[in-house]
Amino acid sequence: MMIGSINIAVLLAALMVAATPILLAAIGELVVEKAGVLNLGVEGMMIMGACVGFIIAVNTGSPLIGFMGAALGGMGLSLLFALLTQALMTNQVASGLALTLFGLGFSALLGQKYVGITPPRTPKLDLGPLSEIPFLGRALFSHDIMVYLTIALVAAVWWFLKYARAGMILRAVGENHDAAHALGYHVKRVRVLAIMFGGACAGLGGAYLSLIRVPQWTEGMTVGIGWIALALVVFASWRPWRAMAGAYLFGGVVVLQLNLQAAGVKIPVEYLSMSPYLITIAVLVFISSGKARGSLNAPGSLNRPFHASN
Amino acid sequence: MIRLEKRKEPSKFWRIANPFLAVALTMLAGAVMFAILGKDPIVAIRLIFFDPIFSETFGSYSRPQLLIKSAPLILIAVGLAIGFKANIWNIGAEGQYIIGALFGAGVALAFFPAPGWYIFPLMVVAGAFGGFLWAMIPAILKTRFNTNEILVSLLLVYVAEKILAAMALGLMRNPDIPGFPGSRDLRRYEAAHNAEIFANTGIHWGVVAALIAVIFAYAMMTRHMLGYHVRLAGQAPRAARFGGVSPARLVVICLGISGALAGLAGMFEVSGPGGQVRIEFASGYGFTAIIVAFLGRLNPIGIVLAGLLLGLTYIGGELSQMMLQLPSASIQVFQGMLLFFLLALDFQTNYRLRLTRGARA
Repeated sequence: MMIGSINIAVLLAALMVAATPILLAAIGELVVEKAGVLNLGVEGMMIMGACVGFIIAVNTGSPLIGFMGAALGGMGLSLLFALLTQALMTNQVASGLALTLFGLGFSALLGQKYVGITPPRTPKLDLGPLSEIPFLGRALFSHDIMVYLTIALVAAVWWFLKYARAGMILRAVGENHDAAHALGYHVKRVRVLAIMFGGACAGLGGAYLSLIRVPQWTEGMTVGIGWIALALVVFASWRPWRAMAGAYLFGGVVVLQLNLQAAGVKIPVEYLSMSPYLITIAVLVFISSGKARGSLNAPGSLNRPFHASN
Repeated sequence: MIRLEKRKEPSKFWRIANPFLAVALTMLAGAVMFAILGKDPIVAIRLIFFDPIFSETFGSYSRPQLLIKSAPLILIAVGLAIGFKANIWNIGAEGQYIIGALFGAGVALAFFPAPGWYIFPLMVVAGAFGGFLWAMIPAILKTRFNTNEILVSLLLVYVAEKILAAMALGLMRNPDIPGFPGSRDLRRYEAAHNAEIFANTGIHWGVVAALIAVIFAYAMMTRHMLGYHVRLAGQAPRAARFGGVSPARLVVICLGISGALAGLAGMFEVSGPGGQVRIEFASGYGFTAIIVAFLGRLNPIGIVLAGLLLGLTYIGGELSQMMLQLPSASIQVFQGMLLFFLLALDFQTNYRLRLTRGARA
C-alpha cells in the first residue's frame, strides 16, 4: 500500500521501532510513579544506558550483553537517586534534575572514544512464515526481539499492577504511604525497588537508541526522549496500555515527519523536527485540562517524601 | 541503633556550611575522577579552580572571562531562584535564553546598518520580551489548563534550539557570506555591540544587568510583599491561599521574571561575547544556572558567589581541555556532582542522626 511516495507497511514498521525506546522508558517511569516517586532523571538514565550499552556491545560484540549492561547502567544511576531521595530525604525534583545533568556529562565522558563506531548488528527475530504475510509481515513481524520484549513488558507491568499482590502493595505505597506504612509494608524498600526497575527500563530504552535505532553513539543523543517519556506517563493517566498507545502515536508522528523530510516537503527540516515536542505539549495540555482530566488519576503520594517518625 | 530524626527547625549552620562542604567534596571526587582518567589530579584541580585567576600566564586572558561567563549564570539563576522558592519549576531557561537572543539579534539585524543610540536599548527590551514570551507559554498552560510547567518549559528548550537553527540557516543568515550558516557579527555593528564598558575587565552591560537584578531580587525577597507571598506559597501553600495569594498570579509572575532575565542574558551574550546567531550558540547556561540557584541557596547574594564559582569552572574547563586534553564533558560531570553532593549534604540541615539504645520502639 502506498500513499504518495510513502510505503505504509514500512511506515508502520518504522513507527514500532521509533516508539520502542520511549515506551521502555515510559513503562519504567510509570511503575516508579505508581510507587509515589517522581524521578525526573529519566533522560539521564536513558543516556547512561545508551552509552554503557553501546560500549559493552562494541567490546563484547554482543548486542544482548550490551542491553544487559545498559539495564545495569541505568539502574546504577537510579540507585544514586534512590539513595538521595529515600535515604537522605532530598527534594525529588532537584535530585531528578541532578541525575539528568550528571548523566549527560558522565555519558559524554565515558563515550568519547566511541564516537563514530558502528555497533554490532542486532539480528531481526526470525518469525518464519509470519513475516511472509503480505503487508502485516513487513509491518509487524519483521522486527528485532526488543520490540516484542517491550510489548511483553507492558503486558507484564499491567498484570503486575492489577493482579499481583506485590503490585497492589506498590500501588498502596504510591496512593497513601502513611496508610501503607501503618499496615506494615516497607514503604522505602518498595520505592527503592521501583526506582531500580525504572532505571533499568530507561537504560534499555537508551540502548535501543544507540544499538538499533540510530545506531551509533553521540553525545546527548537522547535529545529529550526521556522527557517525552515523562510526559507520556501523564498522558497515559498512569495506565500501561495507554502508555503503549501513546508511544505508538508518538512514534507515528516522529516517523511521519522524518518521511516528510525525506520526501522533500517545502517546510524547512528544523520546523518539521520540532513537531514531536510541540505535539507532546499539545497532548499534555489536552490531557490535563477539562473533562479529559487524566491528572486526577495521579498516585496520591506522588512526589511526597516519606519519613516514618517512629 | 542510628536513627534519622527530623529537626524542629532547619539548621542555620548547615545551610551556610553545606555549599562549601559540597565544593570541597566535589574537588575530592573530581580528583579521583581525573586520576582514573590518567591525569594528574592536583594539576587538574589547580587548573580548574585556581589558575584562571592566579596564573601569570593565562590570568590576563581568563580574569575578564570570569565575569563574562558568570554574568549570564547569575542573571538566569536569580530569576529561577524566585520561582524555585515558590515551588514553581522553570527548568527551560535555556530555551528562554535562546529566544531572548533571537529577539535581540532580530532587532539589531532589522536596523543594520543604521547607526543610532536607541538601537541597543531597543534590543535589551526585545531580548527581555522574547524570554518573557517564551516563559509565558508554560505559565499560561499551567494556569489555564493545569499543565505541568516542568515538562512544558523543558520541551520548549528543544523547540527553541530548532528555531535557533532555522534562524541561523534561514532568516537571519548573513547575506554577505553565502553558503555559511550564522548571522552577521554583531560585534562589528557598533550600534548593536554589547561592548566592554571598561577595557579588559570583562564588564559589559550584561554584568551590570546581573548586578541590578541581584539587588532588585534581594530587595523584593526581603522587603516587598511579593517576596513574602513567594516564600509563603513555597513553605505553606494552603496558608498562602487562605491569605489571599493567588497561585495563578504567582505562576505568571515567577515564570515571567525568570523568562525575562534569561532572555536578557541571551541578548547580552549574542550581542557581545557570542557575537552572532549560530547553531551552536546555546552553551548550557540555562541548565547550569539551575545548579547555581541551588548552590546559592536560592538567595541572591549566595547566587553571586555560586555564579562566580561555576563561571570559574567553565574557564577552568576550557583551560584543562587545552593543557591536559581533558574531555569537555568532565566539567559537566563536575557540575552534576556538585549538585549531588549539595543535595546529599542537605539532609543534615533538616535531619539529625541520633544514636539510640536497643531496638526501635
